[in-house]
Amino acid sequence: MEEKFAHPELRTPENLVYKRTDLLVDCPLSYCPGCGHGVVHRMLMEVLEEKDIASKTIGVNPVGCSVLAYDFMNIDMLGAAHGRAPALATAIKRLWPDRYVFTYQGDGDLAAIGTAETIHACNRGENFTIIFINNGIYGMTGGQMAPTTLPGMRSSTSPYGRDIDIMGHPLKITELIAQLPGTYYVTRQSVQTPAAVRKTKKALRKAFDLQDEKKGISFVEVVSNCNSGWKMTPVQSNTWMEENMFPAYPLGDIKVNGELVK
Amino acid sequence: MAKIKGDIVVNIERCKGCEVCLAACPFTCIAMSEEVNSKGYHFAMKVNDDCTGCSNCALVCPDGVITVYRAKVTVA
Amino acid sequence: MGELRLMKGNEAIAEAAIRAGCDGYFGYPITPQSEVMEYLMVERPYETTGMVVLQAESEVAAINMLYGGAGTGKMVLTSSSSPGVSLMQEGISYMAGAELPALIVNIVRGGPGLGTIQPSQADYFQAVKGGGHGDYHMIVYAPASVQEMADFVQIGFDVAFKYRTPVMILSDGAIGQMMEKVYLADPVPRLTEKEVIARCPWASNGRPMSRQHNIITSLDLDPAGQERLNLVLQEKYRKIEESEVMFETIDCEDADYILVAFGLSARICQKAMNLARQKGIKVGLFRPITLFPFPKKEIHELAKRVKGMLVVEMNAGQMIEDVQLAVGCDIPIKHYGRFGGIIPTPDEVVKALEETIIGG
Repeated sequence: MEEKFAHPELRTPENLVYKRTDLLVDCPLSYCPGCGHGVVHRMLMEVLEEKDIASKTIGVNPVGCSVLAYDFMNIDMLGAAHGRAPALATAIKRLWPDRYVFTYQGDGDLAAIGTAETIHACNRGENFTIIFINNGIYGMTGGQMAPTTLPGMRSSTSPYGRDIDIMGHPLKITELIAQLPGTYYVTRQSVQTPAAVRKTKKALRKAFDLQDEKKGISFVEVVSNCNSGWKMTPVQSNTWMEENMFPAYPLGDIKVNGELVK
Repeated sequence: MAKIKGDIVVNIERCKGCEVCLAACPFTCIAMSEEVNSKGYHFAMKVNDDCTGCSNCALVCPDGVITVYRAKVTVA
Repeated sequence: MGELRLMKGNEAIAEAAIRAGCDGYFGYPITPQSEVMEYLMVERPYETTGMVVLQAESEVAAINMLYGGAGTGKMVLTSSSSPGVSLMQEGISYMAGAELPALIVNIVRGGPGLGTIQPSQADYFQAVKGGGHGDYHMIVYAPASVQEMADFVQIGFDVAFKYRTPVMILSDGAIGQMMEKVYLADPVPRLTEKEVIARCPWASNGRPMSRQHNIITSLDLDPAGQERLNLVLQEKYRKIEESEVMFETIDCEDADYILVAFGLSARICQKAMNLARQKGIKVGLFRPITLFPFPKKEIHELAKRVKGMLVVEMNAGQMIEDVQLAVGCDIPIKHYGRFGGIIPTPDEVVKALEETIIGG
């Protein structure tokens, strides 16, 4: 294929400024086009690479869209049953205290079926990192209502919009766990713009740095899109997310150094 | 005169045509191809010479298909 | 050398685990097995051997902590009682699917539902036939004494790692609570991280760049792959059936009738056997020690030489199905059971033998 504006003369190792990290397995990701999961995967692996801790890191992935995350992250991983990742991570971190341990979970996994495991791991002050992808929907099973689905938001099990009188309220689990004494760093980020991606990476870096201090859970929520579940194009879904998800799930640090951000 | 010049390499077969990179590019350097890859996706491609190698496109790309190069070049 | 002590069955499990070099215990309180964790919390092995002891928020969490620990190659233990073990079935099925070694103790109480806190053997089917979803088995040991409670901890861990499979000790509230003297082996040190990595090259405990990354999972979306995993499991169970059967026979050589019983029921049957022999009835006792693998061949051979078998269980008739399948010839096989937490008396057993087999 002819590349009209290509500049092969620039493509030298010394000019390289960005390439996909080798800590991502060289295979296609299973996510839908435009899905934020892939960006979070990449930022996470970049953090492990930059900290040079890949060989000391153990990841736990959930059931949900990222059920196959262990195929993409080139580190030792365990696939948990739905919602149970914090229980696995609890045992792993306690049995291997010098390893870096993280869970990677979606909203249904972390905030519905795994609520008990999430809250108690956070409240015990386990020294691992929870990465929470909140797209307000069950993506993998086909777009059903999630604990974080917004009022009025349509899903396959709230086809006329989430009616809070019947279906209850969205659960702001991140604000909830920030109240617990066992959480040390709680933040909410996103990955739809370059600036947001950089911030998310910084948050992930901080979360892993904090594992060295053993002061409790570091929790990074990433509000993300689910264009397939929301039935939009990827670019539309990012705009919709900014206009609708962010007011309900405002971005920024919620708890830093064990103190709630006012 | 020295100028910053950038170039991107898109892994065409891995691109899913989501167009998120288009919105991220400050210089409108990227557009979708007319052709499709073996999966049937239109893929991202560079369509002008304004790229500075800022890496924004690569950062937001969900599939990590963009490699970015950047160099100072002298132009007459 | 070792040491002789007077202990409850539940305490013996805990002490044996410390001495076996167990790396972690994760549990949730439930009667009649709470002494396991209570003992560990008093002993504080985390200060001596480095063994982790953690009270989880539920049995669901406890079994998944076990899954996590086992997936990194560590020796991990949980204990619970029937309603709690029902909650654990999810994690046990996942561990079977991911081929993870772990030891699970069920100090059975009467059911169904909340049932009772008194002893029972009504979880036989759940333990032996799978319990959770999918085609799998655990190796199941049925101790009949406090001594065996202790012994089966080390044995259980050994076979769990030998076959990469979850193993269950299926006991009951009476053996868990009763005190007997028990010989405890000298402690063995916990494995070092290096030794764990050498023993479990498959485990996910941090990937040296010299090898590919390890993945612990029971998922394979490709049906052909999932069938392959199932075939691997079935082959493993075949090997276990070939090599790991344990049983005990008492006075079976000249017996006309056989009592078949496991665990606590076998102790009662031992007394019943003596009573029957005093009456001139030649009775022997066959005690399966492993419930999976079940001693099929041995029961089959024994059945050829006797006039009948009475299967005595603290349930409504569960192991009898395996006895019937194993016997394969035309002799009467009857069941005598009490349930809901009632323990049968030796007299009841003799009466049942006389009425249902000899007179029946």
